[in-house]
Amino acid sequence: MRIGVDVGGTNTDAVLMDGGEVKASCKTTTTEDVSSGITSAITEVLTAGKVEKSGIESVMIGTTHFTNAFVERKHLLQVGVIRIALPAARLLPPMIDWPKDMRDQVGRYRHMVRGGYQFDGRENVLLDEKAVAEIARDLKSKGVTSFAVTGVFCQVNSSQEERAAEIIRDEVPDATITQSHNIGRIGLIERENAAIMNASLAALSTRVVSSFREALAGLGIDAPFYISQNDGTLMNAEMVEQYPILTFASGPTNSMRGAAYLCDVKDAIVCDIGGTTTDIGVLANGFPRESAIAVDVGGVRTNFRMPDITALGLGGGSLVRSNGKLTVGPDSVGFRLIEDGLVFGGDTLTATDIAVAAGQADIGERAKVSHLDGSLVKAALDEIHTMIEVGIDRMKTSAEPVPLILVGGGSILVSRRIAGTTDTITPDHAPVANAIGAAIAQIGGEVDRVFSYETLGREAAIESASAEARQKAIEAGASPDSIEIVELDELPLTYMPGGAVRLRAKAVGDLVQAKG
Amino acid sequence: MKLKIDELEDLARGAAFLGTGGGGNPYLGRLMLERVMKEGFEVEIIGVDEVPDDALVIPTAGMGAPTVTVEKLLVPEEYLLALQRLEDFLGRKAFATMPIEAGGTNSIVPLIVGAMRGIPVVDADGMGRAFPELQMVTFSVYGIKAAPMSLADVHGNSVILEAEDNATAEWLARGNCIRMGGHASVGIYPMSGAEVKKCSIPRTLTIAREIGRTIREARAARTDVVEALCQYLRNNDTYGDARVIFEGKIADLRRETTRGFAIGQARIEGSGAFSGDLEVTFQNEHLIARAGGRVVAMVPDLICILDLETSEPITTESLRYGQRVTVLGVGAPPIMRTPEALGVFGPKCFGLDDTYVPFDSCPTP
Repeated sequence: MRIGVDVGGTNTDAVLMDGGEVKASCKTTTTEDVSSGITSAITEVLTAGKVEKSGIESVMIGTTHFTNAFVERKHLLQVGVIRIALPAARLLPPMIDWPKDMRDQVGRYRHMVRGGYQFDGRENVLLDEKAVAEIARDLKSKGVTSFAVTGVFCQVNSSQEERAAEIIRDEVPDATITQSHNIGRIGLIERENAAIMNASLAALSTRVVSSFREALAGLGIDAPFYISQNDGTLMNAEMVEQYPILTFASGPTNSMRGAAYLCDVKDAIVCDIGGTTTDIGVLANGFPRESAIAVDVGGVRTNFRMPDITALGLGGGSLVRSNGKLTVGPDSVGFRLIEDGLVFGGDTLTATDIAVAAGQADIGERAKVSHLDGSLVKAALDEIHTMIEVGIDRMKTSAEPVPLILVGGGSILVSRRIAGTTDTITPDHAPVANAIGAAIAQIGGEVDRVFSYETLGREAAIESASAEARQKAIEAGASPDSIEIVELDELPLTYMPGGAVRLRAKAVGDLVQAKG
Repeated sequence: MKLKIDELEDLARGAAFLGTGGGGNPYLGRLMLERVMKEGFEVEIIGVDEVPDDALVIPTAGMGAPTVTVEKLLVPEEYLLALQRLEDFLGRKAFATMPIEAGGTNSIVPLIVGAMRGIPVVDADGMGRAFPELQMVTFSVYGIKAAPMSLADVHGNSVILEAEDNATAEWLARGNCIRMGGHASVGIYPMSGAEVKKCSIPRTLTIAREIGRTIREARAARTDVVEALCQYLRNNDTYGDARVIFEGKIADLRRETTRGFAIGQARIEGSGAFSGDLEVTFQNEHLIARAGGRVVAMVPDLICILDLETSEPITTESLRYGQRVTVLGVGAPPIMRTPEALGVFGPKCFGLDDTYVPFDSCPTP
């Protein structure tokens, strides 16, 4: 048995799963201390499922906690930022393009030292170890405990970053150190940003992960627990303590994966309609399609793995206005829907009221919307469906129609066939698709490196990248038999003879269910 | 004319548009120049007419892999060094510098050099777009020698190179560039003011900025960005016709590395008013677009791929499967369409068998 938990900003959901079957599910309110919300959600599903705690093999938790903390600029640390690059890259010092308030809060100590590699991993400049030690000593005296180390072409050769981390640890034994080669891709600025963001969350990640641990210990569950990351794969708790940034955007990812699982479909469009927004994503081979362009988080440019999501200002609480042109959203009454919506006795016309008036849903009191003009209801439904159709069309990768999976509380807004889709599926347990996504997540391993096709040959290079990705997945806890390569991207490095090609391979597999 | 900081984003974006898939990363281009200007350096841009006939102009540029630039970023000193080494060799100081091509970083490099050296930058370049090789410039067409040229790297290493012709200069420089870590700064095509007037494409910095402004303003007004762009380009007397040649999704992307370039093909599946497929072939920059076996645009005319939603120019290496794009064709400046010019950067120079048909006469799918 597995338990999946989704800790959102408003709700904490939990599901109890036995193999592929959902035995029980519940929705509770997220609590300030996080752990008591988790405790009550898990208690509820255990009771409903009539399962002993000892029968739980693993717990998977999805959380938006770290994203929210960063975006809201809460609980962030000052980071000792060290870039290993000189004499290269000196024109644009670290955090040059961050919002000023963010830089003040996180980046008071920014340094550049000599070092770095060439594109093929040859040393460009020897690491200035003395400078690293001096910076570490100085920052220690200033009370800095979290460091971010980023070196030029360190994804090709990580030795200098590793050496710098060793030196810092010698000087500041209790330091948390983020090495950029562990989290980022090619692109110094974006990778460094990600490393700094990650380092700024070090204290919070320790706190949150231990509150997860406490909740489980308090419940007497000693099964291993995992936390889901951006792309729907899992990390163990130690990994999240080190790389909280890898959980960014895991929320929409989990709901998409959960939706796919409930419908047993691997390729589909998933539409998660909430109270305020609709997230539309694409499932390719069972995984959310990733965004290929740089993504801004809280105003900071990054290049880490994120699902490619289109967000529409459409949800169950969206305001419907009909003065002149009819509009739906983008503003919403949000959590006040149960007070302000017409069917709840309020005086604001919302998308939910339209759905009830049209007979698509049975929420609140239908009598309170019986006065609505039929043509208004139709026009609003037209608009809602058009918005979703346009959003879906924007996300589709081929003209081939694919199934549409609807999840989230706002899925009652959709009643018609959506253009470009084969059929619309609203699965059971759709409201807790998120927690299910967490419960069924897999373990992944990724490689993103430059290979020389001229010396290695294309086949051998791909073979080597795939093997490395598999190995990483196994190290992270995947069962070797279940691993498959789900992504393989080739990107030739322009203007570069020698057949230099950047290969990105990703392997995923099922979690080894080792108990105890 | 002094360049203002708030014009940089427009300039970099517009230059990336003219880069037709190549020419460097506009985000880095903008950040770097912004940084230099915030340190108090001023960029003085002058028209071609303001360059005295006997003045020495030395264009500056970066050559190499964009992937290297996004790691090492650019360091102004190496560009200043390249310029200085060539000046030393020639025994003369440059009156001004200028870009050799239009692109997200290569339009910006000379502005950084000019600002830091306190010399003006000529509002012109040698392509009005970007091309993959050093000899592929209008300067070559008019017999200007690429060499003597200089290469420098971030460590202060430098090379002065002499070559019997411009293709040889490219060949030798490419080898040095690789040993310098896959990216080098160059001072190249030293020429007189009279030669600049005769053989460059004028006003390309201004045009890049205006293209960027057109995109920004159309976005802000929520009007059709692509239509605004076409209108701007048609009314502009440097380029020829401009129109949408296709709209759709990237349905297939094939890329391979041969001869040190990214050579490949994107198949775009039509949507909206367009049906069937468009095939775009590229060698770093987009070379030729075919629909149903018929050529709809080809080098040296510009083929620009934009994001369908935002109209952001997409560089070749950022193309990806599933992107929804608008493809725009833009007629190259007349100076680039003469038989001599086509001998330097026409379809044959890229191994294409097709005979050049000016964009204005190409069919729309």
